[in-house]
Amino acid sequence: MELLIFYPLAGLCVIFALGVVFNKNPIGSAMSLIAMMLGLAGIFVLQQAHFIAILQIIIYAGAIMVLFMFVIMLLNLKGDDAVWKKREKNTLLTVLTGLLIAGVLYKVLEITSAGEFDSPAHVLETFGTVREVGTILFTEFVLPFEVASILLLVAMIGAVVLAKSKVD
Amino acid sequence: MEPIPAPSIDLVSLAPVLVLTVFGIMVLVTDLFIGKNKSALVFISLTGLLMAAISSLAKYDLPVYSFNGAYIVDHLSVFFTFIFCISSALAILVSIDFNQREGIKVGEYYSLILFCTVGMVLLASSTDMIMIFLGIEIVSICLYVLAGIRRNDPKSNEAALKYFLLGAFATGFLLYGMALIYGTTGSTKLTIIAEMIREGSVRSEPLMLMGVVLLIIGFGFKVASVPFHMWAPDVYQGAPTPVTAFMAVGPKAATLAAFFRVFAETMPEISPSWGILLYILSVLSMFIGNLGAIMQTNIKRLLAFSSVAHVGYLLIAIIAKNSLGSASLMFYMLAYAFMIFGAFGIVILIGRKGDENLEIENYSGLAYKHPILALSMTIFLLSLGGLPPLAGFVAKFYIFSAALKEGFVVLVILAVLNSAISFYYYLKVVVYMYMKEPIKEFNITLSPMTLFVVAIALFGTLHLGIFPGPIIALAQY
Amino acid sequence: MDISFDAIPLAHYLLLSATLFVIGVMGVLMRRNAIVVFMSIEIMLNAVNISLISFDRYLNQHDGQIFSFMVMCVAAAEVSVGLAIIIALFRNKPTVNLDEFNIMKS
Repeated sequence: MELLIFYPLAGLCVIFALGVVFNKNPIGSAMSLIAMMLGLAGIFVLQQAHFIAILQIIIYAGAIMVLFMFVIMLLNLKGDDAVWKKREKNTLLTVLTGLLIAGVLYKVLEITSAGEFDSPAHVLETFGTVREVGTILFTEFVLPFEVASILLLVAMIGAVVLAKSKVD
Repeated sequence: MEPIPAPSIDLVSLAPVLVLTVFGIMVLVTDLFIGKNKSALVFISLTGLLMAAISSLAKYDLPVYSFNGAYIVDHLSVFFTFIFCISSALAILVSIDFNQREGIKVGEYYSLILFCTVGMVLLASSTDMIMIFLGIEIVSICLYVLAGIRRNDPKSNEAALKYFLLGAFATGFLLYGMALIYGTTGSTKLTIIAEMIREGSVRSEPLMLMGVVLLIIGFGFKVASVPFHMWAPDVYQGAPTPVTAFMAVGPKAATLAAFFRVFAETMPEISPSWGILLYILSVLSMFIGNLGAIMQTNIKRLLAFSSVAHVGYLLIAIIAKNSLGSASLMFYMLAYAFMIFGAFGIVILIGRKGDENLEIENYSGLAYKHPILALSMTIFLLSLGGLPPLAGFVAKFYIFSAALKEGFVVLVILAVLNSAISFYYYLKVVVYMYMKEPIKEFNITLSPMTLFVVAIALFGTLHLGIFPGPIIALAQY
Repeated sequence: MDISFDAIPLAHYLLLSATLFVIGVMGVLMRRNAIVVFMSIEIMLNAVNISLISFDRYLNQHDGQIFSFMVMCVAAAEVSVGLAIIIALFRNKPTVNLDEFNIMKS
């Protein structure tokens, strides 16, 4: 049953991810990326990670992608064949990486089907809810949580410094 | 509904981080109220760095774990906190005159350096992969912005973009590696991971090894080791010179400290697998860094390639994975801080507005006009090459002896050979300074703050070289 | 409520994660448009999130979800800075084609 939901979702994710890479128009890429992220949110729900699934939609699809779209519109980027062309310099590198990664994928398949992980733990009904994740976030992982605030502050300062229009 | 238990928070362990954050915010707020003169910000930042260095001594009875084993105050982290504070202070001092000359008037510059130092301290003291990841990101994001802080200069923009794209790319690899290690060990805490590896209860050994490889790729990008060094020359050249010096020392030291913690301290049992990879990385970094430096005509690119080679030497300390290795890492980074800030201080003095005078030929005949500057530059370069009795020699000596103790004879021979190669390009600059006629009139404004940094660096390089004893003792403890 | 259907092996999720990661890497290496390259990096980060979250369910703990929460946080921070860099750069040179950024040469 889970398989029946998983495969269409996974297929959509992969197709849209390829869409990001192969789309000629940056707007099209961004739209594909949003679709992929929605698909991933579905996969997260399938994994009982309800909280993260919601965050995926709110933060990624809602905030990050809007910013992307905004910048694409602001810079008025058009679908341009010259921009799309593959980078000749990198073709060899791409092929090599492709081969390497195909090997890695094969390895992953081999390893993961070897069985150490086959049986999922029996998870409680509350697994992945806001309460469960929040409790852990504010007790065991309180330091990363606070440090993340410094990170966001830095990013904010950085964005303002780099993008403010008045150059002094 | 039962209440959520209050987490245990150890603020004393976090003292340097808190002090730096508070001062960083103070710089931001003060910047709003003062006018064009930014010297108050410099004063606040330097005070913050000094207090952070002092507050890092607040804990004794080291090591102290806090936050459920996510944060550690130990010898390595305290020593590195000192290195970060020194290097950030030198970076700020060296920026004062430079920023005036180049017209960098944003006050956020100083707070970004402070926040970057926060990231570095976190990175050197974290024993949790989530924290290491966040630390690396804080450091990187500050550096992306600092590299591009000259917004009107296309070179600076380009450096920021290249650094950003490759850095974010590397983050992906680092993260995937961390995810796989989390999956196979079931924890993000380094102590628990170490235990799992020691007991051999890792769920899937091959998956774990894949994670290790991805981690090496990620860390390799961040410390700019070959074959992940492509960004280094362009970024070093395009970034403002004080930022270049800053990113060559502090962030690199912090990443290496985390590198050491994750590999040498957490997974020594599976060292044959990652040791060989680091071995290759180290040898490649030394050779390609040194051979690449020979061909450069721009002094900043030359120093970029030389820093790639230095990463090669530093990786040897991680491969050695013993306590002498960590001590030599600390000593090397301290010595490196002085040498690099000295060399870049002189590059700043010689340089003119708009990145003029950065070619090696601009140094011809410097010895006739400014013999003391030429002599200092010679000392820094020879120390980078590893000539006794300068700091660079002692630092290399300790790293090599750490490796010899573990029986890596071939590696040490290759490293010594590389030190010899490196003299070729260091001496090339010296030859230009002493034996060539000046190509044009030198027009050097001897700005006091930059000279002060050069003087400190000179003192540090000579002192660490001639009397390394006390600092070595501190590092080994 | 218990999970009423048979859960599938972790391998499926890990493979999906690896596939998306590879697509992201290929995107970074193949494309020239800085913004699309950046989006490909986002695909890579998302791919890692799948791994983290599926490991979580199979280990019955929440650490991975916290990790992926932090990944989102970092992604948001990176996007704001990255796009600011692209805007700053676009002011000086109206292009986002990575191959045109080659002022510095050895």
